[in-house]
Amino acid sequence: MIQGIFQYEFLQNAFLTGILIGFLAPLLGVFIVVRRLSLIADALSHVTLAGIAASLLLEKYFVALSGLNPLYLGMVFSVGGSLFIEKLRGVYKHYQELAIPIILSGGIGLGVIFISLADGFNTDLYSYLFGSVSAVSRTDLWVIFVISIVVVITVILLYKELFLLSFDEEHAKASGIAAKSIHFIFIIMVALVIAASMRIVGIMLVSSLMTLPVAASIRIAKGFKQTIFLSIVFGEIAVLGGLFSSYYLDLAPGGTIVMIAVAILVFTIVYKKIMIKNHVSQGGAAG
Amino acid sequence: MKSQSIIEIKNLSYRYEKDTVLENINISVPNGSFLAIVGPNGSGKSTLLKLILGLLKPQKGEIHLFGQDISKFKDWQQIGYVSQKANSFNTGFPATVFEVVSSGLTKKLGLFRFFQKEHTQKVHEALEAVGMRKFSNRNIGELSGGQQQRVFIARALVSEPKLLILDEPTVGVDAENVNSFYHMLADLNRQRGITLLLVTHDIGTISDKVTHVACLNKHLHFHGETSEFEKHRSEGMSEFYGTDVHLLSHHHDHGGVYK
Repeated sequence: MIQGIFQYEFLQNAFLTGILIGFLAPLLGVFIVVRRLSLIADALSHVTLAGIAASLLLEKYFVALSGLNPLYLGMVFSVGGSLFIEKLRGVYKHYQELAIPIILSGGIGLGVIFISLADGFNTDLYSYLFGSVSAVSRTDLWVIFVISIVVVITVILLYKELFLLSFDEEHAKASGIAAKSIHFIFIIMVALVIAASMRIVGIMLVSSLMTLPVAASIRIAKGFKQTIFLSIVFGEIAVLGGLFSSYYLDLAPGGTIVMIAVAILVFTIVYKKIMIKNHVSQGGAAG
Repeated sequence: MKSQSIIEIKNLSYRYEKDTVLENINISVPNGSFLAIVGPNGSGKSTLLKLILGLLKPQKGEIHLFGQDISKFKDWQQIGYVSQKANSFNTGFPATVFEVVSSGLTKKLGLFRFFQKEHTQKVHEALEAVGMRKFSNRNIGELSGGQQQRVFIARALVSEPKLLILDEPTVGVDAENVNSFYHMLADLNRQRGITLLLVTHDIGTISDKVTHVACLNKHLHFHGETSEFEKHRSEGMSEFYGTDVHLLSHHHDHGGVYK
């Protein structure tokens, strides 16, 4: 397979894209998880599905659009969805979590209509749902590369504001941080990364790449920076391991990536349990 | 006159729709003092704090901060605030004490500016001031309520405010640690010259640490130096609060009844 990566362009695309999203998804995922916004990623991925379906539909009826990469319309929908969520959170101030099921079901509903209009599923759509090793084009790779650069620079520049907003939103607002604008920038980044990640892990599983590595890392990390670091390490292990096994076992990579992430999570939980037990028994012996 | 007072409140009244919560309040907080605003639940303490912090606008009367009318006051960096909610944060949050205190510099540093060596020094000094230096690398969730509250005070201190405002800081602090907690505050006041304004329902433990007391229950029932307060107190509490004195009698439940 290592030879394969050098030989085949599609494998190069898949692995390079994988490395990028294995970095990006957990990076933003840490902020999502600590701010208890995990489900937003789910809602946005389903909206992205509507965008993809819309793009595939347009492609079918308008020959001129046949070269259009579905990724673009997926991103447009995802960003649009994120703006809607923010709007709805403002409308339902006391039921902010309502925004998520509204957007999620709206996204699926719209997606299903587009899919039906396009006469049902095809293999292309399947690869968007569950990821694919062979479907990543060079253009996808470049688009995701640009997103990566933008997201990494933004996170570095806004790191202390994002941290404060995550740790203590009230205090952030009281101290005069432009909380609204920063949250807005953040949610747009999330929308872009979700659209970018679905090529590899698929729409159904994209949110797991943002949450599972973080869930594992949060168990054992010390401090916020280490949480980010470990989340990215776990994310990369899951993506690269998942892509390898997907290629060899001929499985959809979404499944293998997520299952590796789950395995890492279980491992960290058990590890932490053992550490606590040892700690307690040592303490008991000393006392 | 004005230059000596950090906060000067004149004839301040505030009402929510029909309910008058504050009526004709006059308070002055001299530079370097340690003032406790004491009052039972629902006495308007929180409203008064919100007014001082500029979160609410005075409907009647004036507030001057550092000699400047609050509507024109811009220098909020001078004021550190530790909210009651500070101890209801997400205790599972994966941040070290150092990281939490550093976040107090966010606004002061400004957008797109990074943390430098000198800032690390400042964070350590702030932790030193609240006696938490050796916990610098611990996760915030591993600490006790009182230790966490100290960390939040360090976070307020790190931007070097002249005035520190604390809203019921001992909610969530173990009873046996309350005394040393107040002791630490008194040290901040005496040794570092930080003016402290503290809101509490619990005057018992604190009266020997503060320099001034203000008793609030919609009206200001007493405002003056602590020695004066003690003299009045020995003559019976009821004159400070009128009918609501029973609310104070079961002080220090520390169960979050007083919010």
